[in-house]
Amino acid sequence: MFATALSAPFWPLPPHRRLGSIAERSKQLVARLGLTNEDLCKLMEAIAARKDRQAFSQLFAFFAPRVKGFGIRRGVEPAAAEEIAQEALLAVWRKAETFDRRKASVATWVFTIVRNKHIDLFRRHAYPEVDIEELAETADDAAPADRALASAQDGSAVREAMRNLPAEQLLILQKAFYEDKSHRAIADELGLPLGTVKSRIRLALARMRGALPEAVHDHD
Amino acid sequence: MITTDPSLQSVPIAHHPDPAVLLAYSAGTLCESVALAIACHASICRGCRDEIERLNAVGGAMISEASPAAVGDDALDRVLARLDEPVPPAPVAPHLDAETRTVVPGPLQRYLSCSLSTLPWRRIGRSLEEARLPLSGSGVKTALVRIKPGRSVPRHSHAGLEYTLVLAGGYQDNGEDFRRGDYAEFDSSHEHQPVADADGGCLCLVILDAPLRLSGWLGRLINPFLRV
Ligand SMILES: [Zn+2]
Repeated sequence: MFATALSAPFWPLPPHRRLGSIAERSKQLVARLGLTNEDLCKLMEAIAARKDRQAFSQLFAFFAPRVKGFGIRRGVEPAAAEEIAQEALLAVWRKAETFDRRKASVATWVFTIVRNKHIDLFRRHAYPEVDIEELAETADDAAPADRALASAQDGSAVREAMRNLPAEQLLILQKAFYEDKSHRAIADELGLPLGTVKSRIRLALARMRGALPEAVHDHD
Repeated sequence: MITTDPSLQSVPIAHHPDPAVLLAYSAGTLCESVALAIACHASICRGCRDEIERLNAVGGAMISEASPAAVGDDALDRVLARLDEPVPPAPVAPHLDAETRTVVPGPLQRYLSCSLSTLPWRRIGRSLEEARLPLSGSGVKTALVRIKPGRSVPRHSHAGLEYTLVLAGGYQDNGEDFRRGDYAEFDSSHEHQPVADADGGCLCLVILDAPLRLSGWLGRLINPFLRV
């Protein structure tokens, strides 16, 4: 069930990180080995369908250390990053029925939960979320609201596209997601004109769109 | 009054947030008010919604490839022990009438305590009415603003930023039309004077993140509205 190879990361991994021994318990395996989106979807669906604690344990083993690592990379104290990881995984359990593999990969869905937990913890407000039901009533192209964004289904296409981004574009995405910096703050820090940062973001998004063609919409 | 004719909603949206703002939305960098404007726009704009989905997928990739940090030995057990805790009840949503549910995008409905017609509208001069919204953030003002048919907001520029999202009706500004779903962001380099449609007026979500700088003497009359 589990993929045995980690896909190559788009930034260097610490040298001590190795694949675990097959003798280790399953949750440790899960934590160290790559899981495909398909694997993760099955775990999510087992949680949603029958409150499967074993599936949740595997999902926790995979995501909790990554969510904590993501928080630390965002500058959060380790103890708070662990609290966010626990709260986020608890929210994953509670919201499991709302996960829909046709709309997003598990990692994407978990990301939005983690982002909202960060904001809830540090800024004490809810983060307004896009209402995906709304387009059914107001869409100008009459497409069904649950149209699959096939691009989002498999994280590997996204990671591949990111590996192919020019370094100057990837750097800006990393500063946005890891350092919580706005385009204005990034421009200040890098000593670049705001227009240059904006155009790099525009180019990066165009490349992501090209790599994930199902979602192309010409609305400019 | 505000036009709620559904046919108006099929006019394609012409003015979208810059991709840099969509990135800031996805990464969680925006303040609550601007995030609300973006969430509302993307709830009625498929192109921007897809762009945000792709950006969220970038965030997902950053998490799934993040260097793992070991969690405590008891972390899983502590969460397992909480799985059966009762879920905190969702706040009771107030009843909103049909006009409100048609005009106000879902993310904004959650900030309304009552329907549009019964909000505590405050008249400002002869052209405007506003109803402030309860959002976090000091120095940021968030309000629903109605401009009466054919009326204008006094010419002004900004010390900070002004964000508007048209919810119903429309306005003209510097020769451009803005209607339902159109998003605009103005900084200190812009001086503008929006004029509402003659036939239906305009309802907007407006966010000001610093006091406006008034250009004309008339502006002083509506200064209370413009002051954050
Ligand atoms: Zn848009």
